[in-house]
Amino acid sequence: MPGDKVDSLPTGKAQIPGAESHGLARRAGLFLLHSREASIALAAIILIIYFGSTAAAFLSPGNIANLAEYAATTAIIAAGEVMVIICGEVDLSAGNVYALSPFVMYFAHQAGAPFVLAILLGLLAAAAVGLINGFITVVLEVPSFITTLGTLYLINGFTLTISNGYPVQPNGSPFIINFFGGTPISQISWAIGITLLFQFILNKTRWGLHTIATGGNLLGAAEIGIKVGKIKIGNFIICSCLGGLAGILDTFRISSIDPLAGGTDIMFMAIASSVIGGTLLTGGSGTVIGAFLGAAVLGILKNGFTLIGVSAFTFDMILGAAILATMIINVRLSRLRAAGGKR
Amino acid sequence: MSEEALRTENISKSFGRVTALRDASVRLNKGEVLGLLGDNGAGKSTLMKILTGFHKPDGGKIYFLGKEIELKSVSHARSLGIEPVYQDLALVNELNVYRNMFLQREIMVGGPLRILNDGAMREFAREHLNEMGVNIPSVDVEIARLSGGQRQAIAVARSVYANAKVLLLDEPTAAMGVRETAVILDLIRRLKERGDVSIIVVAHNYAHVFEVCDRVNLLQNGRITFDRATKDSSVQELLNLVLHEIREARGQVGKA
Ligand SMILES: Nc1ncnc2c1ncn2[C@@H]1O[C@H](COP(=O)(O)OP(=O)(O)OP(=O)(O)O)[C@@H](O)[C@H]1O
Ligand SMILES: [Mg+2]
Repeated sequence: MPGDKVDSLPTGKAQIPGAESHGLARRAGLFLLHSREASIALAAIILIIYFGSTAAAFLSPGNIANLAEYAATTAIIAAGEVMVIICGEVDLSAGNVYALSPFVMYFAHQAGAPFVLAILLGLLAAAAVGLINGFITVVLEVPSFITTLGTLYLINGFTLTISNGYPVQPNGSPFIINFFGGTPISQISWAIGITLLFQFILNKTRWGLHTIATGGNLLGAAEIGIKVGKIKIGNFIICSCLGGLAGILDTFRISSIDPLAGGTDIMFMAIASSVIGGTLLTGGSGTVIGAFLGAAVLGILKNGFTLIGVSAFTFDMILGAAILATMIINVRLSRLRAAGGKR
Repeated sequence: MSEEALRTENISKSFGRVTALRDASVRLNKGEVLGLLGDNGAGKSTLMKILTGFHKPDGGKIYFLGKEIELKSVSHARSLGIEPVYQDLALVNELNVYRNMFLQREIMVGGPLRILNDGAMREFAREHLNEMGVNIPSVDVEIARLSGGQRQAIAVARSVYANAKVLLLDEPTAAMGVRETAVILDLIRRLKERGDVSIIVVAHNYAHVFEVCDRVNLLQNGRITFDRATKDSSVQELLNLVLHEIREARGQVGKA
């Protein structure tokens, strides 16, 4: 190799023989193959172009705001699911914590707590649910699928009981409302901030490293001294808190607290976002940015189909097929990716 | 008599109805390499995992540098300088080489988020692996992409890196080729020359054990049944001993 133009990356990528002779298309292909986020981002762009050209209203500011708000909520919960899924578990209850936390906040405020404190109490309730999920899963050794299925119903019943099944209206100063998700900008800023924060935690901090190790090799991580139980419980708490936060943000957006909001619907959307975005349900590997993009794709699909007038029934079929198609492509891609460097 | 590094007294351990260890007493002297032999299922890995703080023994005592201690966790044992290399290697496939090397002993730039110092870990890992003659394409590759022997070399290198006082190597050459085995055996010899580390090596290859070990112990049915300096024994003697027992056991089955 001519020694004058050596790639400055320390990874030695420049030494792959003949790498520079390939064309642009091939490079793009390789990039798609090697970046888990790239394929889902591409899907999002294609969908935006498609709906933008078929439905005039799709790219209107109002609709974009709508879309952003919807995707933001899902993305926030998905960030938590990614953390839990990477350490080899799953949280089915996050969508119900989404409904619980705003009520705790509301009642705390009614009881005289200042708003910020009330919000913190709402999040504390969420954290308590996460702790319970983690404790039952880690200490009592119940698979998290079952644990969180149980707490899903428990919390749902609890929220319905304390609310008597009726929605309530939150109040709060305009500043609080606007800061905590009252505007599309605020909502999407929270989602982006949380996504970047957790992507950073995952890739650059000890917590993220130990989360990956726990999911990648549970026994091995324990053998080398990582407190795998602590990691799992911590991530259950994170996921629950993000579920609660998403609920609180949405409360201020739609200025109503509905005991039936969220639930399994938003939970499945969040898990689907994670998985579509490239997080493996088998644990050990995942991306928060991918989950954010996954949430965007699901939001675009839902919104776009509604705009071009597809009925709700047809929509579910199309959505299901879209999820399957994305997943099949994703699985193929990760196979290729794994085969690409091995042996 | 030389000073002891690590000693157990009557360690017992059961898993449900399976008794893995009963009254296992071993003694590892300072600066010594002790070979631990025994059949599959004899309890070798269990004994090692008790000494790394991974399993709690049901009964018995552990002495480290002459003092009785309770190993509270793997991190506790590692902080004392007891470093494990497990039979299953305890490497994470999804992480690259240098992150595996520093797992649970990460170099951090600090802050409340405990941000990792990848640059430092990469540099140290590269230097250390070079020094040890471990041959891998780069410290940035994922462990999943390495061969069995390379992984084993990484696991051994990881434990040596930490300035260990006691190394517990559970079958460190099990999946290795001739060249790689030679590298590991040579490494053990070099560590012995350094003199500041004491090593237990579990192995099935008698020749390897006699090549690098000062003393050899035989673990049978959860007990140490043979303990002798390698210079006073031979591969043949041990083989005879084990084969004799097998024949005896067969004979008894025949008579019954
Ligand atoms: N975590 C565990 N749970 C249940 N049983 C176990 C566990 N670990 C070990 N055992 C049992 O304890 C006994 C001793 O196992 P151990 O792994 O210590 O043997 P070993 O001497 O290392 O064998 P090998 O040469 O095959 O590695 C075996 O019968 C094994 O099945
Ligand atoms: Mg073993």
